[in-house]
Amino acid sequence: MRKRRDPIKDTAREVRVFRARSLLAALLVLLMAGGLGARLFYLQVVEHDVFTTRSEKNRVRVEPLPPTRGLIYDRQGQLVAENRPTYNLTIVRERVEDLDATLDRVVDILGLDETQVEAFRKRSRQRQRPYQPALLMSDLNERQIARLAVNRYRLPGVEVEAQWLRHYPDPQIMSHVLGYVGRINEQELATLDNGNYAGTHYIGKTGIEKQYEEALHGQAGLRKVETNARGRVLRELERTPPEPGKDLTLTIDTRLQQMAYDLLDGRRGSIVAIQPQTGDILAMVSAPGFDSNEFVTGISYKDYQSLQQDLDLPLFNRAVRGQYPIGSTIKPFEALAALQNGVVTPQEVIYDPGYYKLPNDSRHYRNWLRWGHGRVDLERALAVSNNTYFYTMAHRLGIDALSSFMYKFGFGEVTSLDVQGASSGTVPSREWKREKYGQAWYPGETLSAGIGQGYWMVTPLQLATAEATLANRGDWVRPHLAKRVGEASVEPPFKNTKPDVKLDKDVWWDDVFNGMQKVVSGREGTARHIGKGLKYEMAGKSGTAQVFSLGQNQKYDADELKERLRDHALFTAFAPVDDPQIAIAVIVENAGGGSSHAAGLARALADEWLLSDDENTHQAEELIEEGVEVEGT
Amino acid sequence: MKGLEWRRFSRASADGMGRKRSLWSRLHLDPWLLLLLLSLMGAGLVVLYSASGMSLAVTLGQASRFGVALLAMFVIAQFSPSTLCRWTPIGYFIGVAMLVAVEVMGDMGMGAQRWLEIPGIIRFQPSELMKLAVPMMVAAYLYKRPLPPSMRDLLICVLIIGVPVMLIMRQPDLGTSLLVACAAVFVIFLAGLSWRVIGLLTVLLASALPLLWFNMHEYQRQRVLTFLNPESDPLGAGWNIIQSKTAIGSGGVFGKGWGLGTQSQLEFLPERHTDFIGAVLGEEWGLIGMLVFLALYVLIVGRGLFLANTAQDTFGRLVGGGIVLTFFIYVFVNIGMVSGILPVVGIPLPLVSFGGTSSVTLLVGFGILMSVHSHRRLLPR
Repeated sequence: MRKRRDPIKDTAREVRVFRARSLLAALLVLLMAGGLGARLFYLQVVEHDVFTTRSEKNRVRVEPLPPTRGLIYDRQGQLVAENRPTYNLTIVRERVEDLDATLDRVVDILGLDETQVEAFRKRSRQRQRPYQPALLMSDLNERQIARLAVNRYRLPGVEVEAQWLRHYPDPQIMSHVLGYVGRINEQELATLDNGNYAGTHYIGKTGIEKQYEEALHGQAGLRKVETNARGRVLRELERTPPEPGKDLTLTIDTRLQQMAYDLLDGRRGSIVAIQPQTGDILAMVSAPGFDSNEFVTGISYKDYQSLQQDLDLPLFNRAVRGQYPIGSTIKPFEALAALQNGVVTPQEVIYDPGYYKLPNDSRHYRNWLRWGHGRVDLERALAVSNNTYFYTMAHRLGIDALSSFMYKFGFGEVTSLDVQGASSGTVPSREWKREKYGQAWYPGETLSAGIGQGYWMVTPLQLATAEATLANRGDWVRPHLAKRVGEASVEPPFKNTKPDVKLDKDVWWDDVFNGMQKVVSGREGTARHIGKGLKYEMAGKSGTAQVFSLGQNQKYDADELKERLRDHALFTAFAPVDDPQIAIAVIVENAGGGSSHAAGLARALADEWLLSDDENTHQAEELIEEGVEVEGT
Repeated sequence: MKGLEWRRFSRASADGMGRKRSLWSRLHLDPWLLLLLLSLMGAGLVVLYSASGMSLAVTLGQASRFGVALLAMFVIAQFSPSTLCRWTPIGYFIGVAMLVAVEVMGDMGMGAQRWLEIPGIIRFQPSELMKLAVPMMVAAYLYKRPLPPSMRDLLICVLIIGVPVMLIMRQPDLGTSLLVACAAVFVIFLAGLSWRVIGLLTVLLASALPLLWFNMHEYQRQRVLTFLNPESDPLGAGWNIIQSKTAIGSGGVFGKGWGLGTQSQLEFLPERHTDFIGAVLGEEWGLIGMLVFLALYVLIVGRGLFLANTAQDTFGRLVGGGIVLTFFIYVFVNIGMVSGILPVVGIPLPLVSFGGTSSVTLLVGFGILMSVHSHRRLLPR
């Protein structure tokens, strides 16, 4: 174009250079293409398996199929815990773009109030496995379901899920036996088997529901589904159906349970009835009870507070955790201890002036009858519940001999097979006191221990268990609530663990039974008022447990205080004496004397069990029992 | 001059190549290159149909764009290289002007200013034009100069390249700006840039990399960082690379079958019918499918380089060579990206990825190549 044009432009050389350069470029192209090929070979051949796995993991999602919870029946086949269909609101957070906005919308649609909204939001924040529906609200009503259905398009990730919900037909009377299920909380989530509980929202929290959680829950199934990148299920690839939870049959007889609850008639107390041959717990009542259904759907904070602050402690399971002084109901056991230890014979007569004095002590330990019962032998001592006689026995035995004998009947430990949260109570001894209080044992304490006062602490369940062992003439049976787990009569191990109580002379059982029978039927018996018209022989023993102090943080007004300082009434019994079918422990709190306030309850319960001629009750059931035994032997 | 040129050419064709050839020559098309391109486009449509989730609309849309692009190729091939050379500066300056216009009043949509739009009539991406205009401008400048180019000529070339590249980079469109720069650099390389200068420039470029890093947009840096360690952000920026590698790797040797790729069909793979279509190919057709496509690309490049070598003026040679090598850079960067050895830059797999503009640009480029090949004068060598 300009003057310096072309002098050295050499076309031939340019062509040469271009040819060389393009050849070089072609080589480079081949090299780079080879590089790509090598990379593809690495990805598609060498690492193929790794990426195949990764691609499968992308595409295939495993969804849990929760099993249905096993039902619970009483010993007559009556349903005591069932499942009823409900509708729950769930949310899959991964599919929700704006959680807050979505929750606002849901709250709006359902018209929730303040406290509900708070609980609702709290639940939405709970830790959850990814892509698993989180429970927001259970038990929606039809109106709510309808409103959600209409607004569904505005609520991606929010689903109404049909689910079985636990329901207890007789919550008040059964609450402490069955316990209840509730939503799985975060702590439980951390310890649970993730796979098996992946689709489960509820877990047994207390009682039988907790004890037999594994059997009742069943085995979760799963389905493998193909999903797209947004998590939408496209089709089902594989399905393993869940294995439903096993049904449970209890030893409890609902009719007896109901009666025991009614007998307490609104008072605080507990009744436990055990079938001596089997250890079946026929009734186990702690009154007052509570509505366990409220805990299933999620009890409100206010309702929970009022239950907790109720002075009658409805949430407290008295039957297995309530600890009471054993009172005079210790006397049959103490009599056996004295006989077995050779410190007395059934015929020995002890004179009761109305009090007992230790050899080097001026203090008078009083009989309940101020002027004394005069000449008292073993049988009479039991019948009139003579204190002086048993002060003497206790003194002769010493505390350690007495307590080690009491251990044989299951006091001081938890012996029940499947009762959740049972307390072991207290059996006092020298060593126990030294350990607990760092103090020596005083001789006077042996005397008060001899009439069941002082350090003794027993639960109603322990008392009934000991009574059953007594009725069995020492044959130990382990108390239990489950009769059968599942269809195939998977029986829990009833026989156990504790040796039978052996006496040197078998007739000593009869001596003690005679005394106990006189309690009910004797002219002087402390509970002779219940002996009228008795159609079978009943052995019983009344007791009175002194209330020394009130629990901490309990405030009472004057009238209440008076009432709550009254003695607890105790009564233990078994019947019929020659073929015991039922052993009973009754404790009525702050009712006064045991003979007057607790004995009648035991009689009524025994009557119901032994005399009711309803074909469908225990008699029919006994036949089945015998049949089973025949098969077994 | 024109008449002479034409006569000589016809005679040469008739002499050396026979009747059949002469028909193609008269059409100014190279049958082998055309065959390779048509094979690639046909196979590309098959892949696209699956990658678009069996969307006939997308596939037919792409096919019709291919039609338009082939027509454009045919038209361009009819112009002689010297005509193209004469129009080059005009095209170049219009392109730069439009880039400036985009910069000033560009469409703000999508966070990137790339489009120039006369609403309702046309939406045009000036940077596409520059993919051809810049290397052609460099070739047009260089071809009359003594080669290898002097330092002064080089500096002017740097200016010719630098202005549009910077403008495109600011849009920001790193991928296209790199392609534009590459095309022009290939032209200078083919012109015989001395190895000393090449070495020097390499060192300079290496030392300029940090500078480039600090001029990058945040999302571009993120892409580079993610490329270096995709697992660091598996659900965010690393997602594309991980899913793409998973798709290709799970394809194995024979692939999962057409339309059966779970990664692509279930939408785990993002941008599956545009930039990441190579992963769909790898998943559904396996290593074999990948190698077939790679072979097609290499053959096209080989044929292209051969055609450039038959050109009879320097302008044609340089432009043809530059265009062909740039075409391969597309392929290399895209497959390198989907297989995880190069960072994610928005470069499509040529003639396979969905997208009209780039197909037109590419085929217009091949049209120039065909023009260069078919408009020959007999000159003494």
